[in-house]
Amino acid sequence: MKINVNGKSHTIKVSANPTLLEVLREQLELTGTKYGCGEAACGACKVMLDGTPVPACITPAVSAQGKEITTIEGLEKDGKLHPVQEAFLEEDVFQCAYCASGMIVSAVALLERNANPSRDQIIEAMNGNICRCCTYPQIMEAIDKAKSRKA
Amino acid sequence: MKKQLDENPIFPEQYELFEKKLAGGPITRRSFFKRMGAGIASYIVVSDLLAGPFAESFSEGEDEDTIAAWIHVNEAGKITCYTGKVEVGQNIRTSLAQVVAEELFVQVEDIHFIMGDTLLTPYDRGTFGSLTTPQMAPKLRKAAASVRELLIATAAKEWNIGSTSLQMEQGIVFHPTNGEKLSYAQLANGKKLAQRVNKEVHVVPVEEWKIAGTSVPKVNGKSYITGRHVYVSDLVLPDMQYGKVLRPPYLNAKLKTLDTSEAEKVKGVKVVQEGDFVGVTAPDSTTAKMALAMISAEWERKQQPSRKQLFSHLKENANNQPDKKPNVEEAFAKGAKKVTSSFHVDYIAHSPLEPRAGVAEWNKGELNVWTGTQRPFGVQEELEREFGIAKEKIRVRMPDTGSGYGGKHTGEAGVEAAKLARAIGKPVKVNWTREEEFMWAYCRPAGLIEVRGAVDNNGKLVAWEMFNYNSGGAGLESPYDVPAKHQQFISSDTPLRQGSYRALASTANVFAIESVMNDLALEQGKDPMKFRMEHLSDERLKRVLKETASKFGWEEEKRPNRGFGLACGFVKGGYVATCAEVHVDPDTKELKVLRLVTGFECGAIINPRHLKSQVLGCVLQGLGGALFEAIDFDNGQILNPAFSSYRVPRFKDIPETEVLLVNRPDLPPAGAGEAPIIGVAPAIRNAIQDVTGERINSLPLVPSGKIMT
Ligand code: FES
Ligand code: FES
Repeated sequence: MKINVNGKSHTIKVSANPTLLEVLREQLELTGTKYGCGEAACGACKVMLDGTPVPACITPAVSAQGKEITTIEGLEKDGKLHPVQEAFLEEDVFQCAYCASGMIVSAVALLERNANPSRDQIIEAMNGNICRCCTYPQIMEAIDKAKSRKA
Repeated sequence: MKKQLDENPIFPEQYELFEKKLAGGPITRRSFFKRMGAGIASYIVVSDLLAGPFAESFSEGEDEDTIAAWIHVNEAGKITCYTGKVEVGQNIRTSLAQVVAEELFVQVEDIHFIMGDTLLTPYDRGTFGSLTTPQMAPKLRKAAASVRELLIATAAKEWNIGSTSLQMEQGIVFHPTNGEKLSYAQLANGKKLAQRVNKEVHVVPVEEWKIAGTSVPKVNGKSYITGRHVYVSDLVLPDMQYGKVLRPPYLNAKLKTLDTSEAEKVKGVKVVQEGDFVGVTAPDSTTAKMALAMISAEWERKQQPSRKQLFSHLKENANNQPDKKPNVEEAFAKGAKKVTSSFHVDYIAHSPLEPRAGVAEWNKGELNVWTGTQRPFGVQEELEREFGIAKEKIRVRMPDTGSGYGGKHTGEAGVEAAKLARAIGKPVKVNWTREEEFMWAYCRPAGLIEVRGAVDNNGKLVAWEMFNYNSGGAGLESPYDVPAKHQQFISSDTPLRQGSYRALASTANVFAIESVMNDLALEQGKDPMKFRMEHLSDERLKRVLKETASKFGWEEEKRPNRGFGLACGFVKGGYVATCAEVHVDPDTKELKVLRLVTGFECGAIINPRHLKSQVLGCVLQGLGGALFEAIDFDNGQILNPAFSSYRVPRFKDIPETEVLLVNRPDLPPAGAGEAPIIGVAPAIRNAIQDVTGERINSLPLVPSGKIMT
């Protein structure tokens, strides 16, 4: 089977019915997408399917066929960081940063849907993402920064 | 177990450290000179680093001869620091580099850190207890300054002049008059010069800091936000297999019957059994997971206490009786106003976002393990015991890891990966699932705390008595002045595996102390802030409390249905005060924490931004244990081993936060990863009481989100 990840087509094995997360991490060596819970409860594995953020841990790889999959590795274009990554870097957000990929992908998806979300809308959109180091306030600042740049 | 606890009376709740005896694998001075190679270096020995009661209990051999860290300039001018400390998100890779860069007159990017690698770095007993910043940072600062002295002396010798007039900048030493210069590379070339840190060395005064003391961003920050940083769970070795371990459905179960025949039929799958240890490996984790599910096993379930009986169990199984002190009894009896309370503190889980992970590879009898642990040398010892091979044949590495909070002091996943790898003759990776992390890692201890306090007719605290069953001794000592007092930690039998957690038992003990102090104030109709100030003589704590309360607006008018609460205390050199504002809906009784103001006095600040982040992270993580986190268990079964059933703080839970950093350049820096957590629960508890009158004496305070009456 073929899937489309970060603008490239890949042939993958699906005989054991792997999740999209397992395929990305083990078959395509895109380990930026993380495992945190396996039950759509933490957001560490968020990727975009045609622009919508989904937890890759509960998404069967076969269901991603024909869709454009974007992972954290796909946000950088021609060696240039995505503006949201740029904002997270400048705000020096993270501690252990294990949540970083999921946070950034979710934030990118949010700002693509809504360039100027309110504070409540940001919280609503990000609530599925856990940062156990609790860098939540810094993440909010980074999203605010990215949003004001966009606006 | 008990004996070892007594040997280390300071933090008995670091239970995981006593599960097995620790021993050191020191790099001695002799072996250090052999391995150093050419260049110029300064090193620190263990006794430079540790004063106090820890050193002996954790390292074997002569302190004088055991290297604890070193800084080395090689012939290419590259500056490398070696320390057994590890990075788990506290950003010490950055703050330690700042301190070193400052003394060596170079940029942070010029400093390389080799951390937590048992082959390359000196023995370290572990990254915990907020000790890295207060102990390692000042010593590395001196070691770096000592390297600077050596460089200068070398240049002076080269030019045959006195060293006092030499200047240095960006890795170059300048001749005072003739315009000549020598780079660090030139100076280190052909040298083999290593000296023990000069304790009297001149360090750059804090007031003149240009790099230290500023918010330098996280080292390697870009690799994290692009997904490129390789955590252990991401690591792949050639021909590596994915391993899974068969777990019983209950704690303390014994394997009765096992049938692995179906799993063995799956292509590429290998089943490994060694006694009760059963695991599978496969070329990918999907297959490994499937094969594991095909194993059928029966287990013998042991009757064991459930959460319902937890607190009576802890008391009934206490290893000691509470000592009643006659002077306290007498003072209490004479008290005018008294409070007697008992506090229940549940088990909580660290649940670091990266669950335990380990990769292992055997190579001609030598073992390489990569694992996310706060104690790589401790894991080396675990492996030594497990496989009976010499430490020299075991190398443990710890790439910067997905956090720990005191929860990763052990090496389970690394040991499991090594077992599987040995059995199948290929490298193996074991990544724990979230459920495994909840069930098989250790928890923060639960505790029962009994407190009595009394004041006389003049509002003076006259008697204080406190017994802590099981949760631990840290923070047990009340900071308040009282003529008759007694406090005691009493160990007990724990139904769940337990161990260190941020700030150890201080969270539980300060919760109890600050609740009773509050209740005593209210019994007399006194302002809780004033009552505390009257009984504090520690000027540092008083200052933090006062400044925090004034920043919060303690005296200000409250809006309807809102309450204010405060708490203070100190842990390991960090002084902290927390003020909370809450709202309780008069109809639904729903609680909302609106605002948390945390004051933290922590000595000299190395990186203000990262310090603030640590403080905030600590406070907000503490919100979980304060409000709703609790491990629920029934007869050996963990009932909520998932993020969908074990609630942790999320964006929606985050109140308005403020952090007040009290900078004290005259004092050594304190670690910020622990102290700020202690005031959160009692401040919120006292704020709830302020608005509803309810005295909630259990943690978590409001598991349902509502105030129950
Ligand atoms: S791993 Fe997918 S949401 Fe947690
Ligand atoms: S920074 Fe550690 S989980 Fe977010």
